[in-house]
Amino acid sequence: MHEMSLAESVLQIIEEAARKQQFGRVRTVVLEIGQLAAVEAEAMRFCFDAVMQGSVAEGAALEIIEVAGAGWCSRCATTVPMDDLVAACPQCGGVPLQPTGGTKMQVKDLEVE
Amino acid sequence: MCTTCGCGTGEIHIEGEGGTPHEHEHVGSDGRIYRHVHDHSHANGHDDHAHGHTHDHDHGLLNFGSGPARSHVPGMTQSRMLRIERDILAKNDDFAAANRQRFRARGLLALNLVSSPGSGKTSLLVRTIEALRGKTPLAVVEGDQQTSVDADRIRATGTAAVQINTGKGCHLDASMVGRALEQLEPEESSLLFIENVGNLVCPAAFDLGEAAKVAILSVTEGEDKPLKYPDMFQAARLMLLNKCDLLPHVDFDVERAIANARRVNPAIEIISLSARTGEGFDAWLAWIAREHVAIQAEQRETIDGLKQRITGLEAQPAAKA
Repeated sequence: MHEMSLAESVLQIIEEAARKQQFGRVRTVVLEIGQLAAVEAEAMRFCFDAVMQGSVAEGAALEIIEVAGAGWCSRCATTVPMDDLVAACPQCGGVPLQPTGGTKMQVKDLEVE
Repeated sequence: MCTTCGCGTGEIHIEGEGGTPHEHEHVGSDGRIYRHVHDHSHANGHDDHAHGHTHDHDHGLLNFGSGPARSHVPGMTQSRMLRIERDILAKNDDFAAANRQRFRARGLLALNLVSSPGSGKTSLLVRTIEALRGKTPLAVVEGDQQTSVDADRIRATGTAAVQINTGKGCHLDASMVGRALEQLEPEESSLLFIENVGNLVCPAAFDLGEAAKVAILSVTEGEDKPLKYPDMFQAARLMLLNKCDLLPHVDFDVERAIANARRVNPAIEIISLSARTGEGFDAWLAWIAREHVAIQAEQRETIDGLKQRITGLEAQPAAKA
């Protein structure tokens, strides 16, 4: 997918924070990636090291917190776990589910020095 | 470069901007576009940016995210934790919001055409332009990794077009479209077609500021595509089922394709058509007209809203006096 562009967006966010918060080096980058967000954690790991080279985050550890997908089943009138965008309701087998959780990707925390 | 899809940066080229395809550009946190010629392929290079230093990295020490709380506790080192909580796509979304505001203020309907390569996007666009030319102002942004073949095809119809070459990039982003608009300068109340890079995956995640994404699925592809590439069909407001003239010759189950698309996106609208014969074009042109009217109504609301506020503010000192 487009994880290279996303990794570069992560670097932009880090550089912005480095200017505002005055730090010289990033030790750890914590990303939160939803199961239903259009990004593959493994592909992100692959691109991360390459993109961070030569930056304040060169050599930083990457931690990815995966947030489980959740969806609203209108038939059961409840929120149910949702593994992918075409998943059926685990309770009634109904489709479609409206995605409600695990749809975002964020830079959550930075450990800096 | 990302080996998953070939996506990368550093070779973006927008017609009319000059420069070479190997020029490197990115947007700084201050919103400015930085361009550099780089001899390496990653994105950095702000003036104030530390470059080329290396660190010994103690991975044993940093392996602290695996506990049940999945949280970091900085130890007795000089390190500190910063809470950032910023969406990775926030920057693109900011550019998209600016584009959208610009479109709305000028009554411009922008449609983002997305599909896999070979679905007939450009042929569909050419026929659409021929049907609308002279009736409404038109402009086109073409996105491809290489060549200006598509923009040349559009310009041959007499319509203004700007080609964006994304180099290794697999999608258009909102900043590229914003810059293409500087070249195009579409007239007020135009119809702007943005033909994205042929790719059913990556363009789904990038808002360009468009009024709607229009996904094109041709009957020579499989009816399972909405299930295989759900992100795109979920992001689209309209699906055009193209090459319908070929239905007698292919094993394509239209009902199943529609059911699959609705499974991913219950609200998606669907029109079957053929860019070759023109079948179904009335419905497609009517859809465009309806959306264009809606955008222009929003534009009037905005102008009327401002006028009302001005009238209200002007009345205030008068009332006091």
